[in-house]
Amino acid sequence: MYSGSLQPEVKMKSLNESLIIMRKELKGYFNSPIAYIVITVFHAFTGFFFFKDFFYYNQAEMRGLFQTLPLMLSFVVPAVTMKLFAEERQSGSFEILMTLPVSAWDAVLGKFFAGVAFSAIMLSPTLIYFVTVFLVGSPDPGPVIGGYIGALLLAAAYTSIGLLASSFTRNQIISFITAWAACFLLWILDKVIIFLPAPFGFVSYFGTDFHFQNIARGIIDTRDVIYFVSVCALSLMFTVKNVEERR
Amino acid sequence: MITVDGLSKSYGDFKAVDDISFKIRDGEITGLLGPNGAGKTTTLRMLSCYLTPDSGSITVDEKKSAENTLDIKKMIGYLPESAPLYAEMMVYDYLKYVAEIRGITEEERISEVAGICRINDVMHKNINELSKGYKQRVGLAHAMIHDPQILILDEPTSGLDPIEIVEIRNLIKELGKSKTVILSTHILSEVEATCDRVIIINRGRIVADDSTENLQSAVKGDKDIIFRVSGTDFIALKSAVSGIGGVKNVASIDGEEFTSAVLTVDHQAEVRPELFRLAVQNNWVIYEMKQEHLSLENVFRELTTGSEDEKSK
Repeated sequence: MYSGSLQPEVKMKSLNESLIIMRKELKGYFNSPIAYIVITVFHAFTGFFFFKDFFYYNQAEMRGLFQTLPLMLSFVVPAVTMKLFAEERQSGSFEILMTLPVSAWDAVLGKFFAGVAFSAIMLSPTLIYFVTVFLVGSPDPGPVIGGYIGALLLAAAYTSIGLLASSFTRNQIISFITAWAACFLLWILDKVIIFLPAPFGFVSYFGTDFHFQNIARGIIDTRDVIYFVSVCALSLMFTVKNVEERR
Repeated sequence: MITVDGLSKSYGDFKAVDDISFKIRDGEITGLLGPNGAGKTTTLRMLSCYLTPDSGSITVDEKKSAENTLDIKKMIGYLPESAPLYAEMMVYDYLKYVAEIRGITEEERISEVAGICRINDVMHKNINELSKGYKQRVGLAHAMIHDPQILILDEPTSGLDPIEIVEIRNLIKELGKSKTVILSTHILSEVEATCDRVIIINRGRIVADDSTENLQSAVKGDKDIIFRVSGTDFIALKSAVSGIGGVKNVASIDGEEFTSAVLTVDHQAEVRPELFRLAVQNNWVIYEMKQEHLSLENVFRELTTGSEDEKSK
């Protein structure tokens, strides 16, 4: 018998299953053209925003890049996450996933970390800019390090939102559009604040860009980190609920 | 042993499965038979812990399915209808993935299962390049990889060619010797060919639950014998065979070069030795004597399309 014995360390085992799912999803990204298209588009745009400052204004810094990153990611991350559950529902393999001995949390976390890992891989070539900038100038490393930490937190938050959108539908286009709308809304929130009366100023705290720009200044404040972690936790919780109930 | 008690499931207003109860004994191949849309797939989905029943309970070896979902999922190998596998994955990668999730680390197990299901030659192809038959076999390999006690197969032979159907049926029979197999089908001959027991469902309710043999012999009415001879004409033949005990009716078959008749015989009577003796006595040459096999088809038709009072029996 291969099945049977339950390991006493249940938590470790569940983490292991998430890891297996994550590895499978991550591999799946690079087996299809979508990964390469998304990465190419991402680097075409970020490259433009980096070199605009680099050559045009003769500035050896990465601020231009990090300023546009939240908007860029609000488009790109939903394209990465749109298939995660929608494709499984469409093809019917969702039934396979849900009848394997994995809990809904295993499946959701596996897919979530696959999305985050993909974003990290996608971001990693921008480290070349980092090296370039250090070779030709002497920028403050704080904002750069903060920028990367912020970018990962932001990507994680958007991934969790995209995963939630993907768990609602079997249609990847609907999944993409709703995830993008939600991410874009969170991005624009602190910018539309000027149209609201003063007492509504607190709304900007709900915006992703507000918190990202704080971190990207090189100041890692727990409040900003907690914001991103809560967005992830909340979205993942609803995703799990969704996966458990909508069969 | 699987005990299903008062299971119900509705999709909106539609009652897909309506208060069904049955037991599945270990080491038996049980066929879930019914017309399309009868609730077979829904029942199997609940057994495999994919769907949660609205009411009722499933107990597998004393474990309630609602409370021990993960444990029960480990005991079950499940092949969903039309084997919806990950299209972009390579067969080998897919089986490895399933094996890892099931906690199997031995490489040999994958090739062993591939050998049983005869998919060795497609291990390095993408699943979406496979024919329906191969896909189904990969699905079967996926269900068997952890050597489960219970195999649940939803329409395992749909979409296969005749040779593949025979292969898969033989495989299921082989597996049924040591495991509990539950399969669904709307093809009657499949149940007759593979199953020890049949549960017939119609409109979400169980209309019959018995061994295949019992159901076959429970067919009300008579059996037919086709009898073709030369050396006589139909009238003489009819008068000769009508005397045999158990023969109820003799009808001629037109347009044949022999004298042909269909004898309707009481299902308990055995008249073939008599027919042979008659032929010898009268110097007839027998070209064909065939007893139409009692078919589940009749039971099925009666139970699923019959009037209300027949259904309640």
